[in-house]
Amino acid sequence: MASVTSGVTDTAKPKKVLFYRHSVAVRITHWLNVLCLSFLLMSGLQIFNAHPNLYWGQYGADALPDPSFISIGAVEDGNTIKGVTRIGSLSVNTTGVLGASTEDGELSPRAFPAWITIPSYQDLATGRRWHFFFAWFFVINGLVYLLYGLIGRHFRRDIVPTKDQLTPSHLAQEIADHARLKFPKGEKARHYNSLQKLTYMAIIFIILPLMVLTGLTMSPGFNAIFPWLLDVFGGRQSARTLHFISASLIVIFVIVHIVMVLVSGVWNNLRSMITGYYALKFEQKDEVSK
Amino acid sequence: MSFDLTRRRFLIGSSVAATGLLTGCDAMVQSTTVNDILQKAESLTMGAQRLLMSQQTLAREFSEADLSPVFKANGTSQPDSEDYARMTENNFADWKLVVNGMVKTPLNLSLADLKAMPSRTQITRHDCVEGWSAIGKWTGVPLGLVLEKAGLAPGARYAVFHCADDLEPSLDGSGRYYESIDLVDAWHPQTILAYGMNGKDLEVAHGAPLRLRVERQLGYKHAKYVMGIELVDSFKNLAGGKGGFWEDRGYEWYAGI
Repeated sequence: MASVTSGVTDTAKPKKVLFYRHSVAVRITHWLNVLCLSFLLMSGLQIFNAHPNLYWGQYGADALPDPSFISIGAVEDGNTIKGVTRIGSLSVNTTGVLGASTEDGELSPRAFPAWITIPSYQDLATGRRWHFFFAWFFVINGLVYLLYGLIGRHFRRDIVPTKDQLTPSHLAQEIADHARLKFPKGEKARHYNSLQKLTYMAIIFIILPLMVLTGLTMSPGFNAIFPWLLDVFGGRQSARTLHFISASLIVIFVIVHIVMVLVSGVWNNLRSMITGYYALKFEQKDEVSK
Repeated sequence: MSFDLTRRRFLIGSSVAATGLLTGCDAMVQSTTVNDILQKAESLTMGAQRLLMSQQTLAREFSEADLSPVFKANGTSQPDSEDYARMTENNFADWKLVVNGMVKTPLNLSLADLKAMPSRTQITRHDCVEGWSAIGKWTGVPLGLVLEKAGLAPGARYAVFHCADDLEPSLDGSGRYYESIDLVDAWHPQTILAYGMNGKDLEVAHGAPLRLRVERQLGYKHAKYVMGIELVDSFKNLAGGKGGFWEDRGYEWYAGI
């Protein structure tokens, strides 16, 4: 049977069916989110560079004996400098990328390199202005998306896994398929798979809200308004650390997301997030045999 | 094969785009139109915080056990003027706090006068705009009591704090530290003129003889080495016109975030 089918597909093009996958609300909020998160990351790293140490607890400063458990700094090395990234007691030479990198053709002490911060040169005031503008933009965009997700039933229809998607055997099968970069085709590609759904849920309902809440916990004004946030995260400096960690998780998510878009049909994916239409490919067994 | 070509084209395209983006970003950063739009977020932040907080909403106060073992000194840690050196020599006995501007009764208060007024002690967290925090215990006179004593003239909207230190050495005095807060923060119960820290007299490194504590905002608002308080209806004509040393250098006037 299998050999017959493959013989037939050589001569027949698979039949494409376009279906409307992404509503206009999802598409607009998705791309605005791309814009916001890009600027938030670049301006956030600019802000981090002003004090590249992370602490746990209510306080923490580069005045001994406050212990920082992550720091990205530069140390003198003969007549040049080297970048050192330290996590706990583990120090790694990261010259060129972290701690010390090239700015205007010269090796300079800076935690994150010029090519990923906004502005490229060190300017905390400007970094903050960009960060807070896009933070507001991000929050408003996120609220629009959440409202649409609930009222427009987008969450129930597209994001929350169905019961049969969550059985151990189904999940095991999906993990095996993903590991071999084997993606569902035809009718099965009409819905997100459960790994996709669970990842999107974690990002939408846990990581992005965590980003906002840990951000608010760093604000002395919002601390007075919502003092319980300090208790939830264990202090302003813990919140700052968690803000950094959840930003890192978002970066990892985005990298995997982009890789998945690239390997699972880049134009089809891109078109669907721009025009809304996603092509399902069916083998044309019936028509060919006529 | 076709995937490789696509990927190569994508990588070339994206690196070209990234280079363009980097120079493009710096150009955008320096555009005044862009900056004017971005600055709108500051009013949004201030509006949101003021909407959600009442006049009495307090910053968290901590216990003695929470104190930072060492409180980092930042900005100026030793004003270098001769006047200031003379004042430290006799323990600020000749120092006077001048309260003037849009007030009914201008005041000249000595450190002893301030210490004779009712005091407030609070253990609070100091948040530097750079990102670090330190917890300290502050003792001082509530700013509101000093303002009551002077009596505000109609139209007074801001309290401006003139300091003794030149954070940026200059010939024309444009590097002199100053700050300003509005009356909402000026009358806030935790806004104090602190002369004591961690149970001792305020040290020079932390702003002796007097520093402002305005606990719902970032560290740069907490002016050190306060010499005078001027009540004004606008800070447009002071120094760079933005209401503070760091504000004149691009930082937000409302530093609640």
